[in-house]
Amino acid sequence: MQIKPILAAMRHHRAGTVLIALQIALTLAIVCNALFIIQQRMARVSRPSGVDESNLFVIENFWADQSSPQRIDAQMRADLLALRQLGSVQDVAPANSFPMHGSGWDNFVKTTPDPIRPTLDSAIYFSDDHTLATLGVSLIGGRNFTSSEVGSQTPPDPMLASEVIISKALAQTAFPHESALGKTIYVSGGNHPSTVIGVTNTLQAHTVASWMNNYAYNAILLPARLLTDRTYYLVRSRPGQLAAAMHDAPRALFAQSRMRIINPKDGVMSFAQVRKAAYGRDLGMAILMGIVSLVLLAITAAGIVGLTSFWVGQRRKQIGIRRALGATRHDILSYFLTENLLIGISGVVIGAVLAFAINLWMVTQFEMARLSLAYVSIGVIALLLLGQGAVLAPAVRASNVPPVEATRSV
Amino acid sequence: MFGYYVELGLRSLKRNPLLTALMVMAIGFGVAASMITWSVFRAVSGNPIPEKSNQLYTALIDSRGPNYNNKGEPPSALNYTDAVALIKAHKAEHQTLLYSVSLSVLPQSGDSLPFTAGGYATNADFFSMFDTPFQYGGAWNASDDDGHAAVVVISHELNEQLFGGANSVGREVTLGMHNYRIVGVTAHWDPKPRYYDLFDGNEFGEPVQIYIPFNRAMDLQIDTAGTNNCGTLMDYGSGRDAWVHGECVWIPFWVELPTAADATQYRDFLTAYSDEQRRGGRFHWAPNVRLRNVTNWLDYQHVVPSESRISLMVSVGFFVICLINTIGLLLAKFMRRAPEIGVRRALGAPRRQIYGQFLIEAATVGLAGGLMGLLLTAVGMLGVGLLFESAIARLAHLDLSLVALTMVVAIFATVLAAFYPAWRAAQVQPAWQLKSN
Repeated sequence: MQIKPILAAMRHHRAGTVLIALQIALTLAIVCNALFIIQQRMARVSRPSGVDESNLFVIENFWADQSSPQRIDAQMRADLLALRQLGSVQDVAPANSFPMHGSGWDNFVKTTPDPIRPTLDSAIYFSDDHTLATLGVSLIGGRNFTSSEVGSQTPPDPMLASEVIISKALAQTAFPHESALGKTIYVSGGNHPSTVIGVTNTLQAHTVASWMNNYAYNAILLPARLLTDRTYYLVRSRPGQLAAAMHDAPRALFAQSRMRIINPKDGVMSFAQVRKAAYGRDLGMAILMGIVSLVLLAITAAGIVGLTSFWVGQRRKQIGIRRALGATRHDILSYFLTENLLIGISGVVIGAVLAFAINLWMVTQFEMARLSLAYVSIGVIALLLLGQGAVLAPAVRASNVPPVEATRSV
Repeated sequence: MFGYYVELGLRSLKRNPLLTALMVMAIGFGVAASMITWSVFRAVSGNPIPEKSNQLYTALIDSRGPNYNNKGEPPSALNYTDAVALIKAHKAEHQTLLYSVSLSVLPQSGDSLPFTAGGYATNADFFSMFDTPFQYGGAWNASDDDGHAAVVVISHELNEQLFGGANSVGREVTLGMHNYRIVGVTAHWDPKPRYYDLFDGNEFGEPVQIYIPFNRAMDLQIDTAGTNNCGTLMDYGSGRDAWVHGECVWIPFWVELPTAADATQYRDFLTAYSDEQRRGGRFHWAPNVRLRNVTNWLDYQHVVPSESRISLMVSVGFFVICLINTIGLLLAKFMRRAPEIGVRRALGAPRRQIYGQFLIEAATVGLAGGLMGLLLTAVGMLGVGLLFESAIARLAHLDLSLVALTMVVAIFATVLAAFYPAWRAAQVQPAWQLKSN
């Protein structure tokens, strides 16, 4: 195919050419960044929590009578016993927070008692000897708490646990190249040492907020029931009996005592709901970017169809002359395809530069990673194909112009 | 002539239905995407107290020192010691401190279940500083603060729930097993973002239901239901007293300073206070204080979610592409009628007339696009809950100003896009057109 006559013809409809190229460039720039945002968000959303989410739910229990820590402790033990007796329930544990909850406790931990500036943050999960079994989190080393090790704690007091279980990620960061088991860590900011008796498999921290990103899988399990106005019960149902357990558990609790508040709206939440709430923003962003990308591509394609159809209509006579002079249908078809390809290439070149520029600006403004070349490459190929696809129908129509058109005056 | 051109425009919409539909869709989608994301952005970035945002300041004091503060910034609230000391110093005419509480409410009738009510432990100045509107009664007064009185202000919504909306001033309510006398019922009041409590992450939280005196709450040892930030210095000793008087921060503190001079004076006072603490041996570092007004505080705390900014920018980019698309399609649409233009010009129509005709025609396209955009915006508003978390999605709504904005933006943008195609149409040489005809 000869490029020169195409370029010469383009000079005659410069405005349309520039408009299509510009549209392709901007579409590429936005679609690349949108795809990249989708990938980043979905990577976050698909992060594992480490817990057996499909059989797990949580009850937020608020003590209505603001009673003493001793009474809360007694009621908590009674509640745990009552819940464990339910047929649909496999195991239960008290908690102050749990993965993806959003709020909870996090402390800076140290591996030496010195008051150096600590840099290692970790979620604090108050636990008992049933916590691991309830969450469905396995130990990759060491042992679980025994029931005699589990105490209780009132919030303002410092955490003085002698034994702790830590997550794999925390173990690897705090004790690189060696086993964390038997090592000493300082959890409460003071100089009270705790011994690591177990290391769990993957266990996510209590929040997915960006400030926790560097510590997203750091967790420490402390063997104590936290005695505050608000208590969470983590409940693991027997396989497939989640709905039944979610129905039974609050009733069992109210049968124990009515001086409690379990919000009818969101007091009982399955982990599917917890996950949805935690990643709502990310999912919403991904959906929005997806919709925008699709509509954008459709509109750009429609724009190409519209303008090319116009050109074909304008050039019917020239096409007829070419056909009369011996050009085949294929020649006409490939003329329009090549013309579109040339415009497309100039568009994607500008678009690629623009895509990187937008991404660089977003890196400085928002916590955003660098756009990888792969996304731009995919975008470039997608837009060139889109252009070729869009131009096909008008080009076929052009190729169907009969040579006799050359003899008509209009 | 104007009416005739509008009529011509409408008729021409029908002439190439496909091209017209394409343009109307492009403008509709573009304007709808922009309007939906704009409505969310406008809701989260609005000034919650425009008439006073430059007079209300939150004060922060670095009580941790350069080794333990947050990259040189003091913690985002005060500890008990400093908050109470600033209140006692009374260097601003109005000053308030607050912390988040969550208390059980025992309904009067035996058969309803208790529920929790969220709110704040604060002082009398809170209500006048933040312009709380009242339905019944009013705020408690300073002597109630000093007397640690068991009084409460409840929200309009809680009053509906407990007393069926009747004037409940003077009645008792049981919160956290203690009785409080109701002194006021607020009108519906829920400023968004809740600038005065960004510390607890409550900027888009559930509406406040109760307000009780700070001093009373401290007497009853009611713990904060919000954030308690002990930084990296958690070794404050044992027991509630040690925690209260330790360096954990949990109390947002606000002062009202009507003039810039007052603000400077207050900043000097904070510096002097910090210096005094240093001389007393409590701080071992140079004074490091902050005084930020509402606008600066909202900025500093990044209240507008980055998602909202990004989606607004992407939508505007989307709209721009739609407009470029429209320029191309209008060009095609107008130039297709070159022969007609040639005839009009030959019959004596000046360029200005051609120009006007096509701009008006573009405006009719914009009008149709705007109506399409309005429809899509209304549909999109229903789906906003899928895209943003419910607390934020709730704030976005389609009101009259948004409807007007949608139409104006659609028409204005389309006319803007039509300038080049209309100019090209006006340049049509009558002689050439007539000759080829």
